[in-house]
Amino acid sequence: MSATTLRRTPIYESHKRLGARLVDFHGWELPVQYEGILKEHGAVRQRCGLFDVSHMGQVFVDGKDSLAFLQKVNTNDIGRLTPGRAVYSHLPNERGGVVDDVIVSCLAPQRYLVVVNAATADKDFAWFQAHAKGMDVRLANKSDLYGMIALQGPKALSLAAADYPAVAGMKRFCALELDIFGQPSFITTTGYTGEDGLEFIVPGEIASRLWDDLIAKGRSYGLAPCGLGCRDTLRLEAGYLLYGQDIDDEHSSLEAGYGWVVKFDKGEFLGKRLFVEQRDRGLKRRMTGLKLTDKGVPRPGCAVFSGERKLGTLSSATFSPTLGAGIGMGYMDGDAAPGTKLSVELYGRRLAAEAVKLPFYKKG
Amino acid sequence: MAKPEHCRYAKSHEWVCVEGGSAVVGVSDYAQSEMTDVVYVDLPKVGRKVKLGESCGTVESVKAAFDFYSPVSGEVTAVNEALAKDPALVNRAPFEGGWFFKVKPENPKEAESLMDLAQYREFLKTPAAHGSH
Repeated sequence: MSATTLRRTPIYESHKRLGARLVDFHGWELPVQYEGILKEHGAVRQRCGLFDVSHMGQVFVDGKDSLAFLQKVNTNDIGRLTPGRAVYSHLPNERGGVVDDVIVSCLAPQRYLVVVNAATADKDFAWFQAHAKGMDVRLANKSDLYGMIALQGPKALSLAAADYPAVAGMKRFCALELDIFGQPSFITTTGYTGEDGLEFIVPGEIASRLWDDLIAKGRSYGLAPCGLGCRDTLRLEAGYLLYGQDIDDEHSSLEAGYGWVVKFDKGEFLGKRLFVEQRDRGLKRRMTGLKLTDKGVPRPGCAVFSGERKLGTLSSATFSPTLGAGIGMGYMDGDAAPGTKLSVELYGRRLAAEAVKLPFYKKG
Repeated sequence: MAKPEHCRYAKSHEWVCVEGGSAVVGVSDYAQSEMTDVVYVDLPKVGRKVKLGESCGTVESVKAAFDFYSPVSGEVTAVNEALAKDPALVNRAPFEGGWFFKVKPENPKEAESLMDLAQYREFLKTPAAHGSH
């Protein structure tokens, strides 16, 4: 693909200045790394890191039926959200699979912000519109108008609180509306790294100014600009799903080990019957984590065996900088309880591994 | 260990430095940069006979795996044991502590068929340089 056809975020020029290595990520030209994946990974686990996630989409929902609408299209219970709170949720399809994984924030009564994945933003919005028919709901896809910056790591909140004092008291999964550089913006205490942190959602015009400002002020905190490379190692260590790879229209939240985002007691939602059936009948395949005991780095698509029996393939796999070993997860037939001896096929060889409980890493 | 200007280079981005009866092999600075953070290096066994252009090991980085090819024919006489403990040497010092293995060359003149540093730098400017790694 030629560079001219790739979309660029409002922070592109800053990435170039910082020496980022840029790659094509679902049609977006985004940094895969600045100084190196391991360094950036370590910065987020130990101090803080800054990610440009402007490719992600923002859909605003309001109107009298907005809660009823969101309850219908989400597995999680949006009714439990009070203004200023956020929740991770799945959008269930009507085949027992998932349309996308999202974060829903309640901004005010009957006013919500849904953050969706970049590659699925258009699909999600069309699907929202189809399911909002006949309801008193206004949907606005403002993905092109907003930039988004994730500040992640144990020092993230104190760095942000220096300029945005309201951040200091925020617990995880809270949402705040505020002005940044005089522009109406949002901060949510969310992220996808397994660390505390927050995400800024700001009008595109000020995104690079905010990025540069955080880079400058973050210097004394050991802040590192971070690319997609360490975003993947961080999220996989934390056991987080990557939509389109670990979960998709054919795999359900329950199979993915995310039963906790499916609130059966909240009332009806799309595809609920299929989720109930899966729950009651038991799962044929489930997301299983493994750690290599041999040296090597498993990759997505690698086959996993128990003895000579193939159990499944890895949907996500990489080298875990924190564990210093190869890790992976994927859908396995039946139950591979933690400790089960497995092997992973890599370039025609079998490498020894064992099943482990997910996630691979929990914040200390 | 090896000075870039004294090395010869293969199109697959390995370098070889022939000194006396021994050749030292590693990967170029361009190759290590393309590979990103190296986490394992799977080296050939001492005693193995390798041929110029033959696949003889794998480098695993956080991002992907890369085969590497011997830039010289002969018998492997030593491998860099330090890479097992500190594979990042490949990134930090590709011509020094990050060398891969040593070969007793069958034909010390063979390496002269490879590119010298000036030719390799020119090669890096061509699209052909950016496929294999």
